[in-house]
Amino acid sequence: MVTTAAYTPHTAHNTHTAHTAHAAHAAHTDHTAHAPSTPTPLEAELRALAGSVPDPELPVLTLGELGVLRSVHVSGTGHVDVELTPTYTGCPAIEAMSADIEQVLREHGRHDVTVRTVLSPAWSTDDISAEGRRKLAEFGIAPPRPHTADGPVPLSLTVRCPHCGSTDTELLSRFSSTACKALRRCVACQEPFDHFKEL
Amino acid sequence: MTTHSASTSPSAATSAPASSTAAALPLGDDALVLSHRLGEWAGHAPVLEEEVALANIALDLLGQARVLLSLVGDEDELAYLREERAFRNVQLVEQPNGDFAHTIARQLYFSTYQHLMYGQLAASDSPLAPLAAKAVKEVAYHQDHAEQWTLRLGDGTAESHERMQRGLDALWRFTGELFEPVAGLDLDREALRERWTAMVTAVIGKATLTVPEGPQSGAWTAGAGREGLHTEPFGRMLAEMQHLHRSHPGASW
Repeated sequence: MVTTAAYTPHTAHNTHTAHTAHAAHAAHTDHTAHAPSTPTPLEAELRALAGSVPDPELPVLTLGELGVLRSVHVSGTGHVDVELTPTYTGCPAIEAMSADIEQVLREHGRHDVTVRTVLSPAWSTDDISAEGRRKLAEFGIAPPRPHTADGPVPLSLTVRCPHCGSTDTELLSRFSSTACKALRRCVACQEPFDHFKEL
Repeated sequence: MTTHSASTSPSAATSAPASSTAAALPLGDDALVLSHRLGEWAGHAPVLEEEVALANIALDLLGQARVLLSLVGDEDELAYLREERAFRNVQLVEQPNGDFAHTIARQLYFSTYQHLMYGQLAASDSPLAPLAAKAVKEVAYHQDHAEQWTLRLGDGTAESHERMQRGLDALWRFTGELFEPVAGLDLDREALRERWTAMVTAVIGKATLTVPEGPQSGAWTAGAGREGLHTEPFGRMLAEMQHLHRSHPGASW
């Protein structure tokens, strides 16, 4: 627990929290470029670089496809500020992701980099891109289903087997190799498979 | 990884209204202590899938604890260097694991509470709302896990039924504390209690089990975890949890 996942009370809820968000920002570098302005060509380029980093747990996906890269800003002094959001609050991969982003940016000449972890708005499996979903399925992991109005745990829709395509699959465990996956088995082909569960 | 700056430096934390993050310590302690208890199942769970499930739930809770405790101060100091009386967790989460049914009873009571609590908190203007909005989605899975196991054990064999009932009964007296006021946590506690009772009652009934009778708080100690008064097993748990850090200060992987 040496590297601390930063907690920034970013929220658009109200004026009260806007005050604390300011306070948290003040503890960092200048955030003059933080406004929802159009990214500069340099920022777009660095964002593409950071977004190309493979996920440490699911290397078939890039961080961009996973939807965890929130923003890349370059200040007037050339400082690069990267905002990253965890899939799960306790996701241990966040530290490896931060280190990998720092490394790739360093390799491209950017040495003054801060990678911050932000929680809000909370990441959702809906943030995974269409290309990301396709790659997951190709890798043998059933992609998450889109959210419905029913809430965060849609149990009624079937999950398709990524191996044979059958919809006749059953849940073995709600928690699999990582917190973000559930373990299922295909009744048709009998193969067990991971399902990226909806969050 | 020095560039991983925690945005919760003392200056940022203290500039917020004192009450706004006051709840971070009790809620963080709840998550930390239950995370450690669930971690004790590693290597001992009845089946591999449960080993993984309990460890995953523990990991979610640990992540929540780290965010919350980092709002208060240094997470390692808070976790490893505080004495028993400085912990503000409810007594329910510090209760020993017992058998698997006992752990599931603890999970059912606590995750139902935590889900409702984070749900209310997420909709509030508290600075903890962003964490709550994230955590509520994680805890939905913990609650579902506890519910499914309660049904399976309650409506299972005679022995699993009996063990599940025993777990529910034994932990019932620690549930009242969940609805006590917490400084800095502005919740509708009456709604919380009503909703919790309705949900737990429904699951227990469906599992062919009986809602425990008797008070939801015990003798003089029960209901005082938020004030730093804990039950006997907690000290031993802390001794184990803190031993490495205290024996080898600054040790890291």
